[in-house]
Amino acid sequence: MRIELAQVSRWYGNVVAVNDVTMTIGPGVTGLLGPNGAGKSTLLHMMAGFLAPSGGTVTLDGTQIWRNHEIYRSIGLVPEREAVYGFLTGWQYVLSSARLHRLPNPDDAARKALAMVEMEPAKDRRVETYSKGMRQRVKVAAALVHDPEVLLLDEPFNGMDPRQRLHLMDLISAMGTAGKTILFSSHILEEVERVAQHIEVLVAGRHAASGDFREIRRRMTDRPHVFRVRSSDDRRLASALIADASSGSVSLTGTGLEVQAVDFRRFTWLLPRVARDAGVRVWQISPADEDLESVFSYLINRSS
Amino acid sequence: MNGVIAGISYRALLGRRRIWLLIMLPVVLIGLAVLLRVIGSGGENATITLMRTFAIGTMLPLLGLIAGTGVIAPEIDDGTIIHLLAKPISRPVIAQTKFLVAASILALFAAVPTFAAAYLLIGLESGVASGFAVGALVGGIAYAAVFMLLGVLTRHAVTIGIVYALVWEGVVGNFVPGARRFSIQQWAQSIADQLSSSPFFSTEITLGFAVPALLIVTVGAVVWAGQRLRSFSLTGDE
Repeated sequence: MRIELAQVSRWYGNVVAVNDVTMTIGPGVTGLLGPNGAGKSTLLHMMAGFLAPSGGTVTLDGTQIWRNHEIYRSIGLVPEREAVYGFLTGWQYVLSSARLHRLPNPDDAARKALAMVEMEPAKDRRVETYSKGMRQRVKVAAALVHDPEVLLLDEPFNGMDPRQRLHLMDLISAMGTAGKTILFSSHILEEVERVAQHIEVLVAGRHAASGDFREIRRRMTDRPHVFRVRSSDDRRLASALIADASSGSVSLTGTGLEVQAVDFRRFTWLLPRVARDAGVRVWQISPADEDLESVFSYLINRSS
Repeated sequence: MNGVIAGISYRALLGRRRIWLLIMLPVVLIGLAVLLRVIGSGGENATITLMRTFAIGTMLPLLGLIAGTGVIAPEIDDGTIIHLLAKPISRPVIAQTKFLVAASILALFAAVPTFAAAYLLIGLESGVASGFAVGALVGGIAYAAVFMLLGVLTRHAVTIGIVYALVWEGVVGNFVPGARRFSIQQWAQSIADQLSSSPFFSTEITLGFAVPALLIVTVGAVVWAGQRLRSFSLTGDE
């Protein structure tokens, strides 16, 4: 099944949360990547039927998603908020989901779903006694109980320990391989890279990039990097660095050097050698723009 | 009506501390009745005063507020409602189920104690006990619908509900004659009045107005709540 967004926008008053996004989410695992506040949740809520687009259309195989409860036969949703009825046991929670779907055999379905997320041992404890990761898994089980064709997960790995994270990643990968349409949002590149075959990047409400993760990864690494360098002789190091083509510009600041590296790989290989040959002792190297925000804004500037 | 939703709603409402709020007011009502009886001033007139001011005038709207908003507002607040909404169940059915849960709670915690308190004082004399019990029942049903709607419409349902129940119904409804026509407890009282033959009790709103008004308010609120749930939106933190 396919979720199609055509020129979708969403604004709250004067604030634009999602701006003219067109994308198709098909079978396989898609990662929705973007910094916090980029509009990922807004977009995901529109795909899940929990938000009306202010403009454009959101459809599932051609049928309108907004105000259409029938879509939940095909969609499973794992919301970001931790909200689960605390007074139910994990078993009761997942079973209630199966019953609300009117499955022919709710007990079997609930048992299977809990087994998929490895929550059988704790299934008879109340949800309020669960850790954050366990709640997350029980939510995933409740969303999977009717074996949906489409699964939407909002920041699913938050709060999980590394082992649980790997397990959920494997589960998501397996479902993607089985031909289900899976979309999950994340602000962590490594998570997305590990699980998703396809990546959609959202920055400041705009659709910044789309494609295979290797391609996007390459574009993120190949951008010019800015480094701050402090050394025993900044002036000397600067003149040695500028001689090489991999450093785009070198400037002396009050606290050291600021180097813009055009070729990231070559520059990281070059710097220690140049310093050694020039007899300069390097004290500190720090990336000035390594945070995701600047990586993303680079992507968006490039694409526009 | 959906059994699974009703089951979860009952557990959410009765399994928590809220049940003590629901029990407290009926206990006070029955306590007052016992007290009046013990001190020997439990005549028909005193019974009617207790029923009008406390049972219908205070307990009913407050219980209506607790049960009506309680079946849905906390779930909307903490987001647990998504569990019910992200299912192939029509949203009006969800609203109807929530309403029936709240209404049944009010029948149990408001109408039954109202009958018990009046019966303790004067038995079945002049039909006062059964009249007020039916009044509390239909008034409770209307309150359940209105306060549930309020819980769907606004996150400040409890505050607005208290202002409505105490200021509008309590003060304005009692002192401004025109406003009395638009007060659920006045409608409930008019039904109680019609069913009892007590000379100490008369209301000015006719059954011909009260019954249609109760019906319209109840059905309208449930339908509106269902429609609002169809457009339920998650506005994320971003």
